[in-house]
Amino acid sequence: MAIKQRTKSLKARNSELADTFVQLNVLNGKDRVDEKFPSFNKKVADLGFVPFQPTKMEIFQMNVGKMCNQTCAHCHVDAGPDRKEIMTKETMEQCLEVLAKGDFHTVDLTGGAPEMNPHFRWFVEECSKLGLQIIDRCNLTIIVANKKYHDLPEFFAKHKVQVVSSLPYFSASRTDKQRGDGVFEDSIKALKMLNAVGYGVANSGLELNLVYNPTGAFLPGNQASLEQEFKRQLQRKYDIVFNQLYAITNLPISRFLEYLLDSGNYEDYMEKLVNAFNPATVQSVMCRNTISVGWDGFLYDCDFNQMLDLKVAAPKSQHISDFDAKALNDRTIILNQHCYGCTAGAGSSCGGEVV
Amino acid sequence: MSEKTYFNPEDLKKFGNISEFQPEMAKKFFAWYGEVFKEGALTEREKALIALAVAHSEQCPYCIDAYSTACLEKGADEEQMMEAVHVAAAIKSGAALVNSTQMMNHVKKLTM
Repeated sequence: MAIKQRTKSLKARNSELADTFVQLNVLNGKDRVDEKFPSFNKKVADLGFVPFQPTKMEIFQMNVGKMCNQTCAHCHVDAGPDRKEIMTKETMEQCLEVLAKGDFHTVDLTGGAPEMNPHFRWFVEECSKLGLQIIDRCNLTIIVANKKYHDLPEFFAKHKVQVVSSLPYFSASRTDKQRGDGVFEDSIKALKMLNAVGYGVANSGLELNLVYNPTGAFLPGNQASLEQEFKRQLQRKYDIVFNQLYAITNLPISRFLEYLLDSGNYEDYMEKLVNAFNPATVQSVMCRNTISVGWDGFLYDCDFNQMLDLKVAAPKSQHISDFDAKALNDRTIILNQHCYGCTAGAGSSCGGEVV
Repeated sequence: MSEKTYFNPEDLKKFGNISEFQPEMAKKFFAWYGEVFKEGALTEREKALIALAVAHSEQCPYCIDAYSTACLEKGADEEQMMEAVHVAAAIKSGAALVNSTQMMNHVKKLTM
């Protein structure tokens, strides 16, 4: 069935929150940082991480475009069908030049719906030739959205792509509230197609991991416990199997920030994140071993900094065309109030909990 | 500005402050409380659903707020949460009704 979009992008609606300065202003409003919410930078500095730097870059994450067939209510990318920003083949070629040097073991493709980039399959094939571990952050519904995508499971399997897919809940009501009416039904169809070629099946070598993120202003519970419940329910109701569940915290930026402000939950949510700050997570946050490449080739510490337009603090290596591994490994990571999202509880990263 | 009422949801955040008037007992209570809600023979989600049901039968608004959030965090959905409340309601009303056998016994004893 066709997905009924919940909204349009902030940009298409001319929302003031489409401006990253406005978002940063909300996060850094004087009354909040200095009085109510302590500065994240200071929190980390107090733990002795001065300056806060990468351990070693290992994961090359690329946002290959903001175009998506869904307009999820919580999307930190502000992606949707109305977004036309797409990574060019030229930028992808520059990425391949960097990847060919062998410093990274994993290339992590995200979007939008990365598969909507016209050069997606070519790029995956090239990465496969380089022997890289490839991750595709697939929204599932793209697989059934159009006939031209129906063979994606076979394509992924051919290149041993690790598929990481969002499924916020094992029932339609909660999933569709976040992602659009009809998304759950299409997601189940797509999961069955992935299972049919071996994804998520024991000893197949084809890894299918699901992403759980809360459908509202609350934090994710224990990842192992949620995984157990998702496995039980998806098997029982739909005969679907998968490997791991990643529990990811929603960061207070972009459309999730809009939801928090509109629903009157912003202050309470920030307070929850701040109160749940776990010092043990700081050394394992993903910005320490990841570099994030934007659709236009600019470099960021993570996908969230990318969406806030906070480019890497390496003045001579801010674009893929000027990629300098040493300068980037020596950089100081840019922190801000949204980073509380990655250090709450057991921590949060693109691979779920960090401790 | 919110209306001033006897129940203030913000007071839930002050629960830990009960130690101010009796530290030792509070310390023991919170240690035991934390142990109770850890995953054991029952999952954390099952315990949160039980707590939500009991919160309703006890009609404790602080507990209802706390365990509605806990249930969501532990992965319970609205349907499961409402079913848990129905269990509490069924026991509560059943407890009232089953006592009517006492009333019936008494009435039968006194009447011809």
